[in-house]
Amino acid sequence: MRIAIDHHSRYRFSKPQDRIVQMLRLTPGDTRDQTVVNWMVSVDCDARLRDATDGFGNAVTMLYADGPLAAIDVHVTGEVLTTDADGVIHEAAEPLPALLYLRTTARTAPGTDLPGFASDSVSGARDPLDTLHRLNCALHARFPCAPDAPDTGTSAAAAFVAGKATSRDVAQMFIAAARSLQIPARYVSGYRSDSVAQSAPHAWAEAHVYGLGWIGFDPAAGLIPDERYVRVAIGLDAAGAAAIAGTRIGYGLEQLDVDLHVEQMPGDA
Amino acid sequence: MGTSGAFDEIWGFGGPDSPRPEFQALSRWVANTSTEELHQRQQSAEAAFRQLGITFAVYGENDAAERIIPFDIVPRLFLHQEWTSLSEGLVQRVQAINAFLEDIYGERRILAEGLIPPELIFRNDQFRPEVAGIRPPHGIWAHICGIDLVRTGPDQFFVLEDNARTPSGVSYMLENREAMLRLCPELFREFRVAPVDSYPDRLLETMRSVAPGNNPDPMCVVLTPGHFNSAYYEHSFLADSMGIELVEAADLVVDDDIVWVQTVGGRVRVDVIYRRIDDDFLDPLIFRPDSMLGVPGLIAAYRAGNVALINAPGNGIADDKAIYSYMPEIVRFYTGQDAKLPNVETWRCREPQPLKYVLDHLPELVVKLVDGSGGYGMLVGPTASKQEIADFRAALIAEPHRYIAQPTLALSTVPTLVEQGLAPRHVDFRPFVLTGSDGVRVVPGGLTRVALREGSLVVNSSQGGGTKDSFVLLDDRAPTQSQSQRQGL
Repeated sequence: MRIAIDHHSRYRFSKPQDRIVQMLRLTPGDTRDQTVVNWMVSVDCDARLRDATDGFGNAVTMLYADGPLAAIDVHVTGEVLTTDADGVIHEAAEPLPALLYLRTTARTAPGTDLPGFASDSVSGARDPLDTLHRLNCALHARFPCAPDAPDTGTSAAAAFVAGKATSRDVAQMFIAAARSLQIPARYVSGYRSDSVAQSAPHAWAEAHVYGLGWIGFDPAAGLIPDERYVRVAIGLDAAGAAAIAGTRIGYGLEQLDVDLHVEQMPGDA
Repeated sequence: MGTSGAFDEIWGFGGPDSPRPEFQALSRWVANTSTEELHQRQQSAEAAFRQLGITFAVYGENDAAERIIPFDIVPRLFLHQEWTSLSEGLVQRVQAINAFLEDIYGERRILAEGLIPPELIFRNDQFRPEVAGIRPPHGIWAHICGIDLVRTGPDQFFVLEDNARTPSGVSYMLENREAMLRLCPELFREFRVAPVDSYPDRLLETMRSVAPGNNPDPMCVVLTPGHFNSAYYEHSFLADSMGIELVEAADLVVDDDIVWVQTVGGRVRVDVIYRRIDDDFLDPLIFRPDSMLGVPGLIAAYRAGNVALINAPGNGIADDKAIYSYMPEIVRFYTGQDAKLPNVETWRCREPQPLKYVLDHLPELVVKLVDGSGGYGMLVGPTASKQEIADFRAALIAEPHRYIAQPTLALSTVPTLVEQGLAPRHVDFRPFVLTGSDGVRVVPGGLTRVALREGSLVVNSSQGGGTKDSFVLLDDRAPTQSQSQRQGL
């Protein structure tokens, strides 16, 4: 499938900012089933952009801009070719061993209720893969409506108790639950082709099964990622894979508007 | 527990009346100086420390009032040959620590060889995936190491703990010496003592040697969390004695992956940062997003190879207590030799057999949290109450992987001024080892910490410890005062 992405992140400030430093995880990498045909990150003001690869293997762009800045628009456009691989990730850059993804972070700490839910949902599972499928379905059944929405910093445990979750929250719940079952799991931020405009990138999870490798799970949809999905960044949790992490020097408030179009292009390449 | 039977570094095993022959002059000095006079000099030193602001905060106490660390006027002495063999062991250990860090954040050969269980690295929060794959300028990670040593006999030294993050305490080494020179000048006529005052120069040389590229005149700064930090005195003291800027995060900006400092004369590019801020707070984009102490973009500049950070972020994996128990293997793997400085025997509670042994012998052992420091989260079996032992037993059973245990060592003592005169008190020792691109240097001296309470083995300043000056005696045959030891890598 050929997928076109057009993604604006517009920050507006109530008072002009002196300086902005942002770290962008907005550039997908190639895997066997995902080929980036073209990709561009641009900014609507005078800024220095520097590319690097972080410790997790993500492509990272540092953005440095001097003020006064009343607004900044980070714009991503690109095209990616994908094929369906039943969720299994082949030939991705993997600088770190799967073991690392058994760690807990503040946002993926399981809390008191989630481990019980996890072990109940997977009881009777035949093997780790079956366990993960059951977990994926159970989370989707519990949170049938988990939209893509801007990050509010919620933890998996808090969202689980609150009973209301975004795709980010259920992905973090999946990760917390899988780790509590001693299965390495990580957060994925990326895009999913959809005909409607979206207000945030999509979030899902990957879990590591011995002998198979990393496998994607999308508990917000209750599905396994297919050719409609574009993986962009991975991390231990939502914060570690955030599309944009930023700091600004200046007074006033900030408002973020996201305008995102992910579309399936006609024809094969 | 107690002092009986312990080796005294001045008096030997024989008590005050038969000191070790090399140190008879010290006993004469003590005999010829009245106890009142010694107390007076000690008070004078402490008054000076208070005035300078050499204080520390006791964590876990409600009144976070800053205190000065008590100073003891009776120095500890190392013979020249004792020091020479200690230095060799320290150099070897620090070389191994640097090689281990380079490997664990790079190729991970030691894991491929199966010498350390991988989960001990990757499930350990001290391993920082955020800096994996970065090679620091000149491949040096632990530029400043404080290696905590204990002694049980004339030639029996053991490493108790490695400090490869941001070891503190070097200002005590320097200020204690200043005080001794001023208050007890006669001692320096009795003994030829190696000077320690070259430490700031050696540190600056080390910093300059690891500057990125071939800049002949690199800009070096000391980064402090600010004056509210308990070690602020040391930060400002070191910057001052090196003649370089002391900066806070707000003084630094990163632009285009390059670090700049704002000065009165404009923006100046920074090459080397001696940071006294923990990893967690260094860069809010990478570590804790709520850090106000950090510099956004600092890790990007570091990853790009444009700045040296002293010490490198991620070093905590080398001084983790769970890794400590593997140090003999680590030293052998990277240096091809057996460790010259042995570890204290250590039981890893994460392993079933050692755990069983530890649970059966709690009243005799010292049990420590693998990620604790400063004497917190620790059980000293022989002095613990029944209740404390029971509580620790429960904690151990619940989370055995978080603990290690060691035998209670008969730590050496050094005569220490108490109300009635001199009495033996247990000590440990933290020498400081500098590693630059031009080699490893051990400054002849260090921080001697002394447990002031009779019989106590806990020397931490937060637990009622004090400090002493540490004299390293020069070789009688040496024509000049050599200031430091250099050894190529």
